[in-house]
Amino acid sequence: MAVDQQPEAAKRPIISMVGVAKAYGGAVALENLDLTVFAGEFFTLLGPSGSGKTTTLRLIAGFERPDSGQILLDGTDLAALPPFERPVNTVFQDYALFPHLTLIENVAYGLRARKMPKREAHALAQAALEQVRLGQFGTRKPAQLSGGQRQRVALARAMVNQPRVLLLDEPLGALDLKLRHQMQEELKRLQHESGITFIYVTHDQDEALSMSDRIAVFSQGRIEQVGTPFDLYERPNSAFVADFVGSSNLIGSAHDRLLRPEKIKLLPVPAALPDGHEGQTGVLHQATYLGALTRYIVRLADGTEVQAMEANILPLTDRLRLLPGDRVLAVWPRLAITPVQISTAANIDNQGEVE
Amino acid sequence: MKATRTWRAALSAFGWRHGVMANISLLGLPAVWFACLYLAAIGAMLVTAFWQVDDLSGNLIPGFSLSNFSVLVSDPIYRIIAVRTVFIAAAVTLADAVLAWPFAYAMVRLAGPKLRAVLMALVLVPLWSSYLARVYAWRLILAHDGVLNWALSAIGIPGVHIGYSNWAMWIVFSYLWLPFMILPIAAALERIPPNLMEASADLGERGLATFRRVILPLALPGMAAGAIFTFSLTLGDFVTPMLVGGTGSDFIGNVVYANVGVTNNIPFAAAYATLPLGVMAVFLLLARRLGAFDAL
Repeated sequence: MAVDQQPEAAKRPIISMVGVAKAYGGAVALENLDLTVFAGEFFTLLGPSGSGKTTTLRLIAGFERPDSGQILLDGTDLAALPPFERPVNTVFQDYALFPHLTLIENVAYGLRARKMPKREAHALAQAALEQVRLGQFGTRKPAQLSGGQRQRVALARAMVNQPRVLLLDEPLGALDLKLRHQMQEELKRLQHESGITFIYVTHDQDEALSMSDRIAVFSQGRIEQVGTPFDLYERPNSAFVADFVGSSNLIGSAHDRLLRPEKIKLLPVPAALPDGHEGQTGVLHQATYLGALTRYIVRLADGTEVQAMEANILPLTDRLRLLPGDRVLAVWPRLAITPVQISTAANIDNQGEVE
Repeated sequence: MKATRTWRAALSAFGWRHGVMANISLLGLPAVWFACLYLAAIGAMLVTAFWQVDDLSGNLIPGFSLSNFSVLVSDPIYRIIAVRTVFIAAAVTLADAVLAWPFAYAMVRLAGPKLRAVLMALVLVPLWSSYLARVYAWRLILAHDGVLNWALSAIGIPGVHIGYSNWAMWIVFSYLWLPFMILPIAAALERIPPNLMEASADLGERGLATFRRVILPLALPGMAAGAIFTFSLTLGDFVTPMLVGGTGSDFIGNVVYANVGVTNNIPFAAAYATLPLGVMAVFLLLARRLGAFDAL
């Protein structure tokens, strides 16, 4: 896509989807999708539910068949290959571990499917379990594990097969926040060590930003933008992307100038406009203490409401620096403004803000 | 109205506070039923098995005697009948398992909601009609000049002589008890999360291997339940052998029936009836040994 300015010539495409479309009954899940993933990349499919990201993953895995278009792996069309003949493996959203098998047997499942002798397969499975720090649990059954541990078994079970591409379908969705952050780091480490291409589905923008080399933002069966986390956050090419990746203020008479909340500074009036900045006076409408940050909502003089985020650098005692009703001067660096297309702005209304 | 609600609420609250009482109130009635009608009947049978009958008066002689059992062991006819009964029960169970798996799988996993309802009806509707009517129908089908041979001759195949034989019993029993195998297997299949099949395919196993490594072990308790039905129902039957088995195809049940009704030797009937009980116990132990209940 236009914003993706990576030196792509140096990279080797591993998955190419060309003109892929998929509908269920009358409902269009994907329309005319083009997507290229490069070898060794951590590539994320990001979007709200029903945007087509999981369908895309299932098409690559072979659980669904496209209505039209091509899916190439290393230049070979996968169309005729059933899932069990594709050199890709999936980490399922709810893990899909085999409840009647021990962890070792679960992890060795794919190796045994390829007729590897049991002793050898179990040795590799043991090594894979050790890699996800579950080496001592090999003889347990999945029911005896916590959610985070099951997640790691699912990961080991897929990775032990050394797939050309590893597909991960919202693998951390069921975990609590702390564990999710741990697992994010672990996933990055495993991806780095193995060199396997990861295609990762999530609706969590923080997860996408913190883990991905590149991200494709999905909306209503289409890709809105593909780019690095920087690209998407700093230079979104549509109002939808701006709002879905981070929170956004759209200012200006045409509502086509993006201003991120953390780039706004609120000064108590009277105050002078600093150099290189622009700004407007306004009235503080709402102030919410979030711990590390305080979120302010300001009604500007021209009637626009903007959100401002302020890091709580100094310890706060019992009151915020500014309170609702205060008159403020909201200022921001001129360079902080990014123009965006508003053609898909209609999406914002029904998608809302994603935490 | 208000008062009613209050004592109901009070009762619910009492049950909530005293879980044991709630359990007792639920299990009490079934437990009494079970003890009086079920355990007592089996107990009476086990005790009677050691009694005798006075040859002249036909009166029961209570006591403890192993003579009924020594007749059963020494006279080869009873061994032949027992082996025939158990063998056909096993053959019926096997046939029903082979037929039920693909049917249940198609019904649960492949069929859409409409076809599924149709298939379910196909399984259940025969159970609405009389057992006797269905066995008589099979008599007409399998008889020497019955529908089967008529159809075979119509397509140029020589007729078969399976009416009034062990083959006929095998076919009719397999037909009669098939729903009792399909339903528990279907229920067990339904409980297997579909993504386990996807995971298996994803890890490189095709359909048959997925069946062997994932579906079969997980649905085995369902098949075990079905096998208990098909095996024990066949083991205890005496009507089908009477109607389609012909001469020389008596089951344990027929001997029991004859001794109760014709010869009035209830202790001997009770003694022979302990055999299916023992066979079922061995069957259940074997099933457990094979891991049939591991996934319960």
